[in-house]
Formats: sequence, C-alpha cells, structure tokens
Amino acid sequence: MILASLIMNTQGKPRLTKFYEHLSVERQQEVLRAVYSVLSSRADNLCSFVESDDIFGPDTKLVYKHFATLYFVFVIDNAESELGILDLIQVFVETLDRCFKNVCELDIVHNFNKVHTILDEIVMGGQVVETSSAEVMKAVQDIWKLERVGDLNPANVKGIGHYRNSRS
Amino acid sequence: MGSQGSSKDFLDLVKAIGEAKSKAEEERIVLAEIELLKKRIMEPDVPRKKMKEYIIRLVYVEMLGHDASFGYIYAVKMTHDDNLLCKKSGYLATTLFLNEDHDLIILIVNTIQKDLKSDNYLVVSAALTAVCKLINEETIPAVLPQVIDLLGHPKEHVRKKAVMALHRFYQRSPSSVSHLLTKFRQILCDKDPSVMSAALCALFDLVSSDVKAFKNLTASFVSILKQVAEHRLPKAYDYHRTPAPFVQIKILKILALLGAGDRHTSENMYSVLLEVLKRCEPGKGEPATNISNAILYECICTITAIVASPKLLGMAAEITSRFLKSDNHNYKYMGIDALGRVIQINPDFAEQHQLAVIDCLEDQDDTLKRKTLDLLYKMTKSTNVEVIVDHMISYMRTLSDAHNKTEIASRIVELAERFAPSNQWFIQTMNQVFELAGDLVPAKVAHDLMRLLAKGAGEDDEEADSLLRSSAVESYLQLLGEPKLPSILLQVVCWVLGEFGTAGGTHSADDIIGKLCDVAEAHPGDTVVKGYAITAITKICAFEIAAGRQVQLLPECRSFMDDLLASHSTDLQQRAYELQVFLGLGPDIVQKVLHVNGSGEEIEIDTDLPFLQEFVDSSLANGARPYVHENERFEMSSGMSSFVSTSRTQQEPSHALRFEAYETPTVHTPSASSSAPPSLLPDFQEKKPESPRSLRNQLAADNSQVDLLGPEITRLRLDGVQKKWGRPSAPSQPPPVTTSNFDQEIERSGNGGSGVSERASSNRESTPAVHVYTEKKKAQPEIPAEKQRLAASLFGGSSGKRDANGVKGSKPAPNRPAAGNSKEKIPSTAQAPAPAPLMDLMDMGGGDLFSAPVAKASYDPFKELEGLLDGPSTAASTSTPAAPQKSSSIDFMSLYDSTPVVSHNTVPSTNDHDFLSLGLTSSSGIEPMNRPEAGLLDLNEFPANSPLAGLAGLEQSSSSSSTSLPERKGPSLQDSLQKDATTRQVGVTPTGANPALFQDLFG
Repeated sequence: MILASLIMNTQGKPRLTKFYEHLSVERQQEVLRAVYSVLSSRADNLCSFVESDDIFGPDTKLVYKHFATLYFVFVIDNAESELGILDLIQVFVETLDRCFKNVCELDIVHNFNKVHTILDEIVMGGQVVETSSAEVMKAVQDIWKLERVGDLNPANVKGIGHYRNSRS
Repeated sequence: MGSQGSSKDFLDLVKAIGEAKSKAEEERIVLAEIELLKKRIMEPDVPRKKMKEYIIRLVYVEMLGHDASFGYIYAVKMTHDDNLLCKKSGYLATTLFLNEDHDLIILIVNTIQKDLKSDNYLVVSAALTAVCKLINEETIPAVLPQVIDLLGHPKEHVRKKAVMALHRFYQRSPSSVSHLLTKFRQILCDKDPSVMSAALCALFDLVSSDVKAFKNLTASFVSILKQVAEHRLPKAYDYHRTPAPFVQIKILKILALLGAGDRHTSENMYSVLLEVLKRCEPGKGEPATNISNAILYECICTITAIVASPKLLGMAAEITSRFLKSDNHNYKYMGIDALGRVIQINPDFAEQHQLAVIDCLEDQDDTLKRKTLDLLYKMTKSTNVEVIVDHMISYMRTLSDAHNKTEIASRIVELAERFAPSNQWFIQTMNQVFELAGDLVPAKVAHDLMRLLAKGAGEDDEEADSLLRSSAVESYLQLLGEPKLPSILLQVVCWVLGEFGTAGGTHSADDIIGKLCDVAEAHPGDTVVKGYAITAITKICAFEIAAGRQVQLLPECRSFMDDLLASHSTDLQQRAYELQVFLGLGPDIVQKVLHVNGSGEEIEIDTDLPFLQEFVDSSLANGARPYVHENERFEMSSGMSSFVSTSRTQQEPSHALRFEAYETPTVHTPSASSSAPPSLLPDFQEKKPESPRSLRNQLAADNSQVDLLGPEITRLRLDGVQKKWGRPSAPSQPPPVTTSNFDQEIERSGNGGSGVSERASSNRESTPAVHVYTEKKKAQPEIPAEKQRLAASLFGGSSGKRDANGVKGSKPAPNRPAAGNSKEKIPSTAQAPAPAPLMDLMDMGGGDLFSAPVAKASYDPFKELEGLLDGPSTAASTSTPAAPQKSSSIDFMSLYDSTPVVSHNTVPSTNDHDFLSLGLTSSSGIEPMNRPEAGLLDLNEFPANSPLAGLAGLEQSSSSSSTSLPERKGPSLQDSLQKDATTRQVGVTPTGANPALFQDLFG
C-alpha cells in the first residue's frame, strides 16, 4: 500500500502531507526531515527509488519525482509497483496541471485543500483508486462547481449533486 | 482557477512564511498565527465561510509541525454542516488531524452514518473517504451496513470507494468483514472496470493472507488479465496507450501469489503471461514507455515466483538483460532486482551480466549500489567472498547513519563467518568491521574472533597458529596508533596483546604493558576496556614470571594498578588484586596457574563433581535435605526467589534488577556484574536444556559420520567453519567428517593435479600462503582490464563459460581455474591453485576429524550424557543441611547450570579459569559446610563476575558439548582434584586483602 504522499519543495518546506497511517505531528516532522535529507542529497539523474527502511520500517521505499522546485514523494511498501507509482505521480501532476494551468509551487501552496481533494480522488486509504486523470478531473470539477456558484446555500449545493447524479 | 477560495489572510500567512529568513522567524510567524486563530475560532457566530478558512489554516499550521489540537473540535463540528463544501473541508481536516482512536471520533460516527445514506453522491463519497481514515475496529459495525449497501449504488464512483472502504476495514480488523469475503469475489464481476480494479486491491491482501482459499479464482484473474491485455476495455482506461496498466500489475501480483510452488495453477497462466509480454514489447523504433516496463517487470516477478516454463524464464531473462543495459537508472534498478529473482532459479544467468552489475556497483547512485550489494550478498560463494566483502567494506566507509551501517556490518560478519577463505582474512575483515562500525557490532562477534585466535587453526600446527597470532599482534599494535577506536575493538586488542603480545619474542613485556596502560589511560570511562587491559597486564606479567624473568612494573602501570585497587568497580578491583598477587608469586606456581598459550586449551570439567560425593553422603546422613532438581525447584521458586533476594540485598540493592536478565545475555560490564549472579537465574531456566541437547547432537553426529555421503560434504566444510566462528546454531550441525577429507583429496588430485604432498607443504606454510593469496587479490584492480577481473572474481568459475559464449573478456583471471559449476560449492576444489583456502579446509576438518575416533574409542559418549544430565542433581545434593543455607545453595546451583550461557559470551582462556579458581577456592578457610558452595562458585561465580573468567563456564560447555575435541587433558577426576589441591596449597586469596568480597557472596 501507499503509506504516505508528500509534496515538498527543494528547500524542504512541506507543501502537502498525507499519511495513510496516522503519525503524531512530531513524528511527521521527523519523517519529513529525514525524507528531505535523503532526497536533497541525490543528484537528478539518479534513480527515483530510495529504500527507506530506516525511516518507515522494513521493505518501504520512497518513489519520487522532481519537478521544478518540488519533490513529489510516495512512500510505498512492497505490494506496490515502483515504476507504476512513478506513473501515478505523473498522473497526479498532469491532473494538477490541468486544474491550475501550468501548475507551479504557488498554486499548490494557495490551494492546498484542492490539491488534497485531487489526491483523495487518486489515492484512497493507501490504495490507488483512480489512474485516469480525466476521471479525476471529472470528479473534482463536480465539487468545484460549487465554489464557482459562489453561493453556499445548501439548497443550491444539493442541486448540483443531484444534477450530476441524474446525468449519469 | 487561481487562488479562489483562500482569503487574503491566508495568502499573507503563506507569503510571510515563505519570506521568513530564519527558522526562528518562521516559528514566530506561525505562533502568532496560532494565537490569532485560537482567538478568532472561539468567537461566537463565526460565519461558516470564515470558519472553513480557519480550519484550512489550522491544517496548514499543523503541516508545518505545530500543534493545532485546540481546533480539532471545530473541524469535527464542521463535518456536521449541511453545506457540502464546508462538510468536505471538515472531513479533510479531521482525517488529517485525528487518528482512528482519537476521543473525538465518537462525535463523527453519527455524521458519517447519516452522510453515507445521503442521496447526494458527493456527500457519500466524502464520507467514504473519511471512513477510510477515521473508523476503528470498534466503530466498524456502526457503519458497515451502510457501506455494504453502497456496493449497490448506481454510481460506479461510489461503488469503487465503498470497496476501498471495505478493504480498509479488512486491514483494520480482518474478522469484522470475514463474512463478506464472497462479496469481494462478486465485486470482481462488477460491470464497471474501475470497481473491479478496486476489488483487486482488496483481493491482493486477501490472497496473500490465504492463498489456498482463492486458488479457484485463478481462472477469473487469468481471463480478466487476458481481456485487459487484449484491449477489450474502453479506451478511457488506457494509459499512454497501455490498457489499464494498474489493473494488469495488480493481477500479475496476485497471480504470482497463486502460482507460487503450484505447477498446476502455474500452467494455467502460461498463455496469458506470454500474451502480456508480447503486448508490452515496444513496437519497432519506439522506446518502451515507463508503464509498459512496469508491466514487464511485474511479469518477471510473476514468472520467477511461479513454477514457470523454460520459455517464460527465457523471456524473463531477456527482459532483465534489457533493463540492465538501459541507461535509465530506474530500469537498471529494476534490472538488478529482477536479476536477483532470476538467478534464484537459474544461477548461471548472472554471468552474462557481470559487467552490468559491476557498473551498477560503481555507480554513484546510492540506491543502485545498495541494491547491487543486496544482489551480491545473495550470490556470495566462497569463491567470490573476498571481492564482495571488500566492496561492502568500502561501501560501509561511505556510510554515516547507524541503521545502514549496522545492517551491512552484520552482513559482512555473516558472509565472513560462512565463507572465510582463511583465518588471516577473517581476522583482517573483522578488524575492519570493528573499526568502521565499532559498537554497532554485537559483542559476540568479538568473542568469536578471540576464540579463533586462541584456538588457532584448530589442529596441531603450532607454527601456523603462532604466525597468525603474531600477525594479529602486529596489526593491533599498529591499530593502537589510530586516534579513535571503538570500545569493542579495544577489548579485542587488549585481549590479544595480553595473550600473545610477548609470545613472538619481538616485543618486550614492558613495551606491551606500556601500550596497555596507554589504552587504559586513554579511556578512563570505559571500565570494560580497563578490565581487559588489567587482565592482559596480569597475563603478561605471569608469562614473564613463569619464564623466570624478574618483573618490574613500570611506574605508570603501578599507578594504574593502584588506581584499580581502589576502584569502585569490584570487578576491576578483583582483577587488580589478582595482578598484585601474581607479582608476589614464584615462577613454579605461576607457571602452573597461568601458562603461556593456555587460552586455547580445553579444561576438563567433571560435572559430576565426584570428589564431593563423600561430603554429600555425610551431609545426607546428617539429615541434610536432598538436592531438588532445578525444574521442580522452579515451581516453588516464587517464594524462594523472594528469599534469595532478601538474603542478597547487600549485592543487589534493587530487586528490579532480576527482571532485566530475561533479555538475552550480553557482555557483562563490570558494574552490572556484581548483581549478575542472581540475575542469571532466569537465563539459565531458559537455556539450561542446551548443553545436554547439543551434546546429544554431537553424539548423533558422531554416530552418523560414516553414513555421510558426497552431497553433504559440500556443506560440511562450512560447518567446520561455523563451529569456530559461527552462530549459536552451529552445534546442531554435524562436524566435519573424515570422508570429506578423503573426497577433497581425491577431487583435488583429480582436478588440479596437485597431489597429497602439496598438502603437507602448504600445511606448514599456511600463513605466508595466505598472504600471497590476498595480495594477489588486492593487486587485481590495478590491472588494466580491471572490470573484467572484478567480474571474474565475482562470478567465479564463469570464465570458461564466458569464453564459450564469446560474450566478454577472453582473459580468465590468472588464479582461477575453469572450475565446473557443480564444484563451485566446494571451495577447496574451486580454488585449487590457491593453497590458503585448502589449507584452511584441512585445518578446519583435520583436528576434529582425526581426534573424533580416538575420543570415541577411549570413552563412551552416552555415559557422559547420562553423567551430564544427572550431574547437577548429584552434585547439588551436597547442599547444606540448614534451610537458609539451602536456599542460597540452590541459587548457586542455578548459577552453576547457567554457566553455558555465559560461556557463549566470554573469551576462551583456560588459564584465567585456573587462576580465578585459585582465588576462589581459597574459601577453604571457611568452615567445611560451605565447601560445596565454594567449589561450585569457583566454576560459576566468576563467569558472571569477570568477562575473561567465563572460561570456567566455557570450558565446561565445550567439554560437554564437544566430545570429540582434540585436546583433552587427562582423566577428569584427577584433574579437578589436582586443581583443588593446587589452589588450596597456594592459599592466595583476595579475601585477606578484601574480605568483604566473600562476605557479599555468602551473604
């Protein structure tokens, strides 16, 4: 399973952290620091996997990709496919890109609840649920329509849910 | 979409943190934010939009590592909101804030229940997402019915998430959904592929926990995989033109589980695997996509896990080569991993890829290097152990974190113990490991090393042994020049210098003593090292005295001794007193007690203690209570132990100490040793059966010697090694056997044409030979075709094959014959031209082998066994008449039995035992009634008290467990009596100088 999904920038600032098994806040910080120190010490052309049994326990790996100023890191155990996860990161980033039009670090910082929503559509409870960025977009846009409406009237919101429902 | 939804305040916060110039400034900003939020959030009537924003800010603050627990309750409240956006934010925050056992969960369950029933599918899926994180074992039943209902939801989006939630329940508590296992099978047939793929995640977990129950699903999985591979799914499921790759990967993983070790099931997969492989092959001229490589890699895993056909294996091998040859590090990594899997089925396969492997080994990518070392570790044989361990050591040099260092050190030790080509090499390797990993290495490794040095090569080749030892001494003297050495290495150094420092004659006693004093002085805080140092000095002095030379202690040594005489540690004190006593003794006595090179000798311990029989009888006649066997005694031990502990309060002020001893025994530090005697009791209960058992094994092995046939012989040589340096399991393996010698000789003469005569000469010159050998090895990398050499040494025996294949490097390594693969496991044959390992083999086998029949002839092992089993009871029935005394004697008896345990951790040096018992038996001055205890004590008390003195125990265990040991010293009864007499005669006791010591012991 996926143990955690992390986004941090190249200075080690967390931009999004999601742990699928609960860790205390202190432990989370420790883990982030450890992950960052590993990643920052690796050159760019090296392989995207790091064995992390000293951080997350035996048989765990970090699978990461480096985009501009950000690291996207998934922590997995041996029930996941490393190369597959690499493509999952690709899906995740592509989806972000579609949502934010040329996604950059700032978009993620400012909309980090939205990024959470997207991630929740892709990974749920540590398992990959959706790997098609079009599907993810569809689900996410349903939710965001509500924001566009701008009106937080419950009746209105309810309408949107039903609307989607009836269309399908 | 920009920054909609987050307010200016939030943006300002993010910006301020981003611009913070220092950690402290950032901290200040965040703390101010927390204060602000605390105030704002508690205001009455916060509008929901504002509240939502506060919650988001809380999440952000917590992500930065600050406690936001004051706001948790507001996040929970927000999940009750009717507004979907607020509800979603509430759920998001709670899933990030709370773990499933948090107190607030109870407030959420009701909301979740309600939301799961909502007719808005967005609400339902938000609730399902929350369920995955927030529901614990106790609350599963509360939401389970709703989640099951959702499996029939019209929206596939919801069904998918419901399956995931069920899977999560299964992970949390398998029993809670055990009645639903058939549901997962049904979901597999869901008309929507995405729901089916969600079910695969759950089924993977289910199958891995119980393969048998799901064998009948194999056909379904195979047909799903086939359909997916054949592009039967809608185009929407393609990813980079690969059909539903994640589904394929999951199914391949499941198939690997189902087919493992099951030919019939495996056969059903062959065609689909071929299909998948074929479809993933990149078309002409286009590079393979990452995702199709992911599937190919998964195919290799599956093929190597199941009982595969040769054709599939061939394809797996081919893909592996492609990965290894790739320039992309990720594929190289997968290739190394795949290679590790493939060679487990077809070991020869590694040869073709040796150069690629070496490339990876030398890559600057740490992950790749580690993975490659993993691979090498798996394929280590005696032919390539030196090169591999060399690489591991140089890798270890680059490491800084303790975790990885410990791991690699333990691997090196393991490989060295299993495959060491020579003792010399073993010692050097261990030194390096100690130097680099220091105290991360378990103490046992050090003790094994010392034991190896003490016993030498194991046969009567004194010259080789002394060469080995003097080279060890030289290397250690050199090592002492280094500024910072780990404690454990210093212990070894001290012990070796004390034992063999003056033996070679190249170093004077003063030199060595001076060095030892320096060591002790440089480590004032390390009592263990100090203990080793003072004992080493004692030994050197004793050797000098015994040789008839006058010993004049150096002033620094004298002050060191005086220091220790007043030490707070009774252990150090005791050792210092012993030194003092020795200095005052004449050469005759000293020689008897501590003779040169005595550490390798075995002492015969008569566990029956027959010389006490008379005393036992008379005590019994006088009404003493008979000995109660330990097992029976244990049953009433609760009362007993409390008594014991009160009677021992002097040594053992805190009762709690007793319980720590349940852990596996470690080297005792002197400070702990004063409380060691009582604490050994539990150890002994745990381990006691060991000595009879190992004896029995030994006997069985002895008897089966004749029956051992060829194939086992390959293993035997290793056993010989293990017996010396190996792990505790070693005794259960049969000892080297005479036949092995024969076979090897035959094979050797048939193989290299080197006759028996070579053995004789190599025997004598073993150590130099080793030197030459290792030097040759070391020189290798400097040769131009460096990599090929390395390859040849790593993938030994391959050269011939390689040539035949015409793959690479036509130059076979000079020192390596084209040994057949079948023979590779017998190091001696594979390495015929290198005399050292051969020699080693002889050494290993020789001593034990030849002595075995002799020992057998002269004595019946079964009798010994009986004696051993009965031993304690007879011996202990000597215990004293009076009740209080009895209890203490019981404790002693248990100590007595526990000595084998101690022996595992202590250094084998006979003379220590001698001279310690000398100190101890001095209790002859005590009234006769105490005698038996004293007698027991000199065997037992000391192992606990001083690391070196474990000998007593060691000798006992080794004499009992290895009936075939070469050096046995005369009839045991006589021996013990003699020893007893000597000690009494000498009458040296620390008691006079330090009477309290014995008072303590006897309460």
